[in-house]
Amino acid sequence: MVKNNLTISICLMVGIIASVLQTSAQEVADNSQCLKCHGQVFYEYHNEWTDQIDRKPLNPFHHIDSVKLHTSVHKMFACIDCHSMEYETFPHSGELRLEEKYQCMDCHGGDETFAKFNFEGIEASFMESVHYKASDERFNCWMCHNAHGYELALREDKPIVEVVNISNSMCLSCHDNKFKYGLLSNEEPKKVAEIHAWLPHQARHFEKVRCVDCHTKVQSDILVAHNILPKEEALKNCVECHSANSVLMESLYAHRAKESRIESGFVNAIILNEGYIIGANRNRTLNFVSIGIFGFVVLGLLIHLILRLILIKKK
Amino acid sequence: MSGKLYLYPVWVRIWHALNAIFFLVLLVSGLSMQYSNPDVPLLPFNIAVTSHNVAGVGLFVLYLCFLFVFSFSSNRLHYRIQFKGLIGRLVIQMKFYLFGVFKGERPPFPTLEEAKFNPLQQVTYVAVLFILFPILIITGLPLMFPEFIIDNFFGIGGTLLTALVHASAGFFASIFLIIHLYFATMGATFLSNYKSIVNGYHELH
Repeated sequence: MVKNNLTISICLMVGIIASVLQTSAQEVADNSQCLKCHGQVFYEYHNEWTDQIDRKPLNPFHHIDSVKLHTSVHKMFACIDCHSMEYETFPHSGELRLEEKYQCMDCHGGDETFAKFNFEGIEASFMESVHYKASDERFNCWMCHNAHGYELALREDKPIVEVVNISNSMCLSCHDNKFKYGLLSNEEPKKVAEIHAWLPHQARHFEKVRCVDCHTKVQSDILVAHNILPKEEALKNCVECHSANSVLMESLYAHRAKESRIESGFVNAIILNEGYIIGANRNRTLNFVSIGIFGFVVLGLLIHLILRLILIKKK
Repeated sequence: MSGKLYLYPVWVRIWHALNAIFFLVLLVSGLSMQYSNPDVPLLPFNIAVTSHNVAGVGLFVLYLCFLFVFSFSSNRLHYRIQFKGLIGRLVIQMKFYLFGVFKGERPPFPTLEEAKFNPLQQVTYVAVLFILFPILIITGLPLMFPEFIIDNFFGIGGTLLTALVHASAGFFASIFLIIHLYFATMGATFLSNYKSIVNGYHELH
């Protein structure tokens, strides 16, 4: 009897695991052939001329993080859904590097399925950005967004620290990387820590706030503003965030603020799930109680003082 | 009885004056940060932060100096509370402030060289110096280095909790300040106690 139960349990577990594997296999495209090389730091191939196995370093710009690819929003796509089918042959034809890449709007533009993302608004916002204007229109979505590893952070309600890390990594992938920065400029990127030396608690700010929270102008029709401002126009006034009308409530915390209006007595309470911002987080009850106590004390002392003065006059 | 008692030596007066300056800076800058408003700034935010940090460190260092000198001077005797009969003495002192002072009664615990504080003053100063100050310092220093504060304390954000305790303690400190300033007018004359924190001599009633 015990043996039978054990057999049934094992079969059930194997069945569940198989079904989970099958489900995930259905959702993720099989790109193993491409990732055999592009998922590695070094790749190997049979050299027909020398009849040897050659081992070469992969161009880091062509490396794909297979883990990120399999968890990204584009995980269901095969590489050749977006890239030429000719990539299936190796060595790849040299002409393929001239292939025109798809842009975000080629798939996402004008599609009701993606209406909530307002890709048209994002494009318009991006075209206002200093990136677009200063690069003779050579700047494109992929310079910041990794098509092979893009994930929804804010909309998936990931912890704010993670959202900030994902977002800031995009900026730093160029602004802290002279090779990628060099794709658009002959200059080297300035040291981020140095140009933000004026910012108090710099590390804390970089950990808790996105670059775009100061370097864009908030737009209510899109979740993340893309109109990167010239550096002179970036927010530098502390109270823009550190006040009851914190701009962070319209940017970093906008999605959560809309999703959840739970009031806990705190001003901008939604921030408290992830941190605390002096000036932006105030407790209404404590405010009233403290003003009340302070008022009573001052009133009591005033009455005391007046009575004393009357007494002195009488004397 | 009238006359003067030299009760406040130079180090006490310097400590008291510096305390007052730091306290006021901390109060104004703290309020300015807590209720920051881009349209009506009490102080510009960056100035409020810097001055709060400087005055906070100043007050901390001053407190350490005070504790050091306090441990070796006879001044500490004035802060030694006699718990036996304390409630009764506190009630007598409160009755004096609430009623006796209007009837022209003499203070029930007159200032003496060996006891410069009345029971209510003594309890208040001990509470402020040995409870409120440590709370302000213990919560204030981590707020200068928030990366060292734990993220979550039993479901409440560590920084939020620290800031709440710090702001609450700061509030009670401001209440103390108001009462302290007013009760200082209850010396021999309205201004005699204010003079004594400058010249060191306490004028007797």
